[in-house]
Amino acid sequence: MAIIQTSNLTYSFSKGPSLIFPSIQAEENSELLILGSSGTGKTTLLHLLAGLRKPTSGEVEVNGVKLSSLSGASLDRFRGKHIGVVFQTSHFVQSLSVIDNILLAPYFSNNKVSKFDAEKMLDRLNILSKKNKKTSTLSVGEQQRVAIARALLNNPSLILADEPTSALDDENAKEVLNLLREQTHALKAALLIVTHDNRLKDEVKQRIELTTSNR
Amino acid sequence: MKIIFIAWKNCWQKAGATTLTLLLLSFGVGIISMMLLLENQLSEKFNKNIKDIDFVLGAKGSPLQLILANVYHIDAPTGNIKVSEAQRIIKNPTVKEAIPLAYGDNYEGWRIVGTTPRYSEFYGVKLKEGKVFETPFEVTVGSYAAKELGLKLGQTFKSNHGLDKDGEEEEGHDQLFTVVGIYEASGTVIDRLILTPVESIWEVHDHGDHEESPHNAIVSAEEHDAEEHAHSDDEHDHDAEHEHDHEEDHDAEHTAEEAHDHEDDHMHEEEREVTAYLLIKRLPMAPMILPQLVKNTNMQLALPAIEINRLNENFGIGMSVVKAVAILIMIISFLSVFISLFNALRERQYELAILRTLGGRRIQLFILILLEGFFMVALGLIIGLALSRVGITMLSDMAKDSFHDEFNAMIFLPQEYYLVGITLGLGVVASLLPALRAFFMDISKTLSND
Repeated sequence: MAIIQTSNLTYSFSKGPSLIFPSIQAEENSELLILGSSGTGKTTLLHLLAGLRKPTSGEVEVNGVKLSSLSGASLDRFRGKHIGVVFQTSHFVQSLSVIDNILLAPYFSNNKVSKFDAEKMLDRLNILSKKNKKTSTLSVGEQQRVAIARALLNNPSLILADEPTSALDDENAKEVLNLLREQTHALKAALLIVTHDNRLKDEVKQRIELTTSNR
Repeated sequence: MKIIFIAWKNCWQKAGATTLTLLLLSFGVGIISMMLLLENQLSEKFNKNIKDIDFVLGAKGSPLQLILANVYHIDAPTGNIKVSEAQRIIKNPTVKEAIPLAYGDNYEGWRIVGTTPRYSEFYGVKLKEGKVFETPFEVTVGSYAAKELGLKLGQTFKSNHGLDKDGEEEEGHDQLFTVVGIYEASGTVIDRLILTPVESIWEVHDHGDHEESPHNAIVSAEEHDAEEHAHSDDEHDHDAEHEHDHEEDHDAEHTAEEAHDHEDDHMHEEEREVTAYLLIKRLPMAPMILPQLVKNTNMQLALPAIEINRLNENFGIGMSVVKAVAILIMIISFLSVFISLFNALRERQYELAILRTLGGRRIQLFILILLEGFFMVALGLIIGLALSRVGITMLSDMAKDSFHDEFNAMIFLPQEYYLVGITLGLGVVASLLPALRAFFMDISKTLSND
């Protein structure tokens, strides 16, 4: 069974263009790169897939559950449990330490994850030594790792990454991509990366290109 | 981890940025709480000491001064009245009881009051040790005065003339007062007085007349005849006028008295004087009858309840102004809470959007922001209440120096519960709008603005 599947997905802004998206399907242990330059609706698509925004028409199905059938708090919970999202620039709760920040994920999705599990996750991403630091004291690369740790801590079956590498240099970009892939395999999840970063083009076999002709 | 924990952490994270808010809030709360404490304790002191005193009979002058001097023992007396003249009033059938008060001396600045044992009985003050004074030069000391002066049973001391510790030793009297009893603490004026039979005061000054010092003169009615006009106008010059009197007019009169005294060991009733009588009425028509009797004498009849009400009113205006200012400060501080939360929201919108992405529900963000406002206000409240205690303690030290009285800073008034409730409530109201904004935030739009 596909982890994520979309059909006839469109989105129209109240003022502006309508977007028509190609069908997307991803299985366990798969990687999909969604490429597109700015203005092609990359971020909008990611938000539709994450249930952060409702499509004008069409359907997003995650783990066999139609997102349109969920609403309000149950959609927030479902997203928290099944979908891990890594954003381009990592935003954290400034007042909390690294470990408390990643523990927010299980807390808000009502998942049982121990502090020990959280530390194991930080260890896997090589940032365990920073667990009690405030996130603002970390480098950009380290912050991205914390963001990945937070996205993965709930063992999601779908990992959505929005421009995870575009703020990073080549070395860090490669490392982050590798980390995402490793963890996806470890969790038997599906990884969807939305990006305009051409450095990733040759790394991922399966890819979809969004163009302005989608309008 | 709980929402409350995140809110608490956020509150401290912002502590630097919210210092002004906290300052405003704590000053507002502090001033109001201090006013409440002061008002409460002052009116308690005033009311406790008025008790059932219906009138104070004393020398002409400011009625308020008469009350302050003789009921609260904080101002200078208006002068003395003749016992013989007062008889007409205190023996009137409408008067149930009259307690004499005679001033004249102090010990280390603590007032020695000549009176009868009825005075402490009237206030219901019990003895801690020893007995109540019986014969002249026996004194029973109020608990606070005894503590501050370190007076013990059986101890003797010499008094100084006047009401203040002037330190002029030559003004002292030779007679030794003996401590025969110490009262229990009662929260009334008795606590800070040294009580002795009226005769002690008479004899001290009577005796004093035999000495060379022209300063050692009793405050007598004769003075008042000479000074009547001056008195009615400017009461506070009183002490100065005394000095003046003693030196110039008095010597001659005293020589006459002296001669008289030598013939007879006891002074005649008509020459005996007291500072005031505290009157308790027997019949309700006393307020109509007694003032008539005082007419055309150099005495006056003051009603403590009325004078204190007048004082409270004047005092109350000042208090109200201070309170209004404090309330204004608090309103500004609530605006400040509101603005700081609202601004912080703009900076933190990504943070909040991420919490939603992680599975946080709208209501959880709403509660988070409310809690942050609540914590900020609660912090200001605690600081404010602490500040007011510090303020009262300082005031109490001042009162101790000037009035031999103190305020209790370590009490919590029922009105302060309202203050706490209202402040916390308004804190929640001030954070309601920012919290609603967080509730209705469009996370997708927020995250797209990267």
